[in-house]
Amino acid sequence: MSQLIFENISIGYEGKAVAENISFSVGQGDYLCILGANGSGKSTLIKTILRLQEPLKGSFESCDGFNFGEIGYLPQQMEMQRDFPASVQEIIMSGFLNRSRFLPFYKRSEKQKAEQIMNTLEIFELRKSLYRNLSGGQKQRVLLARAMCAAVGMILLDEPASGLDSRASSEMYESISRINRDGTTVIMVTHDHAVAMKYASHILCVGKKVGFYTKEEYCGRVVKNNIFDKGENDNA
Amino acid sequence: MHELINKFCVYLSYPFVRYAFVVGILVALCSSLLGVTLVLKRFSFIGDGLSHVAFGAVSVATVLGISDNMFLVLPVTIICAVLLLKCGNNAKVKGDAAIAMVSVGALGVGYLIMNIFSSSSNLNGDVCTTLFGSASIMTLTADKVRLCIILSVIVVGFFFVFYHKLFSITFDENFAKATGINVNAYNLMLAVVIAVIVVLAMNLVGSLLVSALIVFPALSSMSIFRSFKSVTVFSVIISVTCTSIGIIIAILASTPVGPTIVAIDLAGYLICRVAGVIVRR
Ligand SMILES: Nc1ncnc2c1ncn2[C@@H]1O[C@H](COP(=O)(O)OP(=O)(O)O)[C@@H](O)[C@H]1O
Ligand SMILES: [Mg+2]
Repeated sequence: MSQLIFENISIGYEGKAVAENISFSVGQGDYLCILGANGSGKSTLIKTILRLQEPLKGSFESCDGFNFGEIGYLPQQMEMQRDFPASVQEIIMSGFLNRSRFLPFYKRSEKQKAEQIMNTLEIFELRKSLYRNLSGGQKQRVLLARAMCAAVGMILLDEPASGLDSRASSEMYESISRINRDGTTVIMVTHDHAVAMKYASHILCVGKKVGFYTKEEYCGRVVKNNIFDKGENDNA
Repeated sequence: MHELINKFCVYLSYPFVRYAFVVGILVALCSSLLGVTLVLKRFSFIGDGLSHVAFGAVSVATVLGISDNMFLVLPVTIICAVLLLKCGNNAKVKGDAAIAMVSVGALGVGYLIMNIFSSSSNLNGDVCTTLFGSASIMTLTADKVRLCIILSVIVVGFFFVFYHKLFSITFDENFAKATGINVNAYNLMLAVVIAVIVVLAMNLVGSLLVSALIVFPALSSMSIFRSFKSVTVFSVIISVTCTSIGIIIAILASTPVGPTIVAIDLAGYLICRVAGVIVRR
């Protein structure tokens, strides 16, 4: 059962393609890692999936189980005004707003879930703090917590480990893996091949060489062609 | 002091003074409730532009001899709010330039129309009243007060029902959009509400000073408090307080109401800035 099917879709800005002929599909409970050099269009692809922008060519279907009210999203960068007054808790709770409903307050179960997520990400003590005064890594974890509150069916993460130290990032990958085992589909952009190898069920390469593989296929190719080295050369 | 209080009590026995207080407090409440969102969303400029549009509409209503000008001013302002919002979203026409164009255009044409067609013997007085609200709050009719109450209830209701969603689309519009919140619909509603607030606030302080009611309480509060909720709550408190003080001073000292309120708001802002610096230490 596929949640998302891309067939020969080109993405980009103002008529200029950054990546072409992207094909892949994502099923319920999959863990898709998107790999590619800087500027190869990974973030653009994520935004296209979320319909923040239109594909340049082709159109894609989001089918069974892809429900906008159940998606969590961690942007790579968030432009925020310098002086925005918002506490950590207010930001994290706002993740729940996507279920369409008109209650002017949060439910008890939602508060409990948020608390649990904050505890796993070790930001519970920060909940009353002003967001703009946090360190980069703390901000990243707050936004991840918001995404996790929003995610029921699917979570999209754009370089979630940026700004985190190695212990925090390995714990974060563990918590992502946990919600994946609970049935949430994960689509994640990462630069870390080891992480992709450890957790992903599918791998999508964007850039000059576009390809969509299951992890087993991808491992086979790595051994055969030494894609790693080629990948490094593409970067340069 | 005793004398002043007595004088004030005598004034309070006049219905028009009580009307002024009711309208003043409602306007202060509505404008500050949404002021934080408007300032943070960079929509406060739209408020300023709209107040000039409302001035133009009042001029036209005056010339046409429409006695209850709200029924012309409110729809015109709402339509302009929606148009300005659409311009702001359209990257090709710069949003702020469009707003400047509309606001200055409305101001100029409004005055021109009044000047050419008005039969009033006291033209400058009329214009001044519309721009600075000098005495208009003292001439409120019971009907206008009733309309004011209804509109305020709508604005406050809108705010309470959509408080969290307003936070979300203000803090991170892309996240809200990506996770399935209909951001465009909320922005549209927000534009309509801005228009309502501008028209309401114009009764109190006149069209040139409307932005002060939207901007000052929000900025004052933001210099002390640190969460969205506390900023919003405190900006309401400070706005209602400053407006009440302003009206009382205006009555006792016979100063124009609008400018007095704005002066008090400014003083409140300066005090909050100082308090903010001390708190941060
Ligand atoms: N808003 C934008 N408008 C035009 N071009 C953009 C925009 N954002 C990114 N680009 C360009 O698109 C390309 C892909 O960007 P991006 O998807 O962010 O890459 P990455 O794979 O590193 O996430 C880059 O060359 C970048 O310059
Ligand atoms: Mg990127």
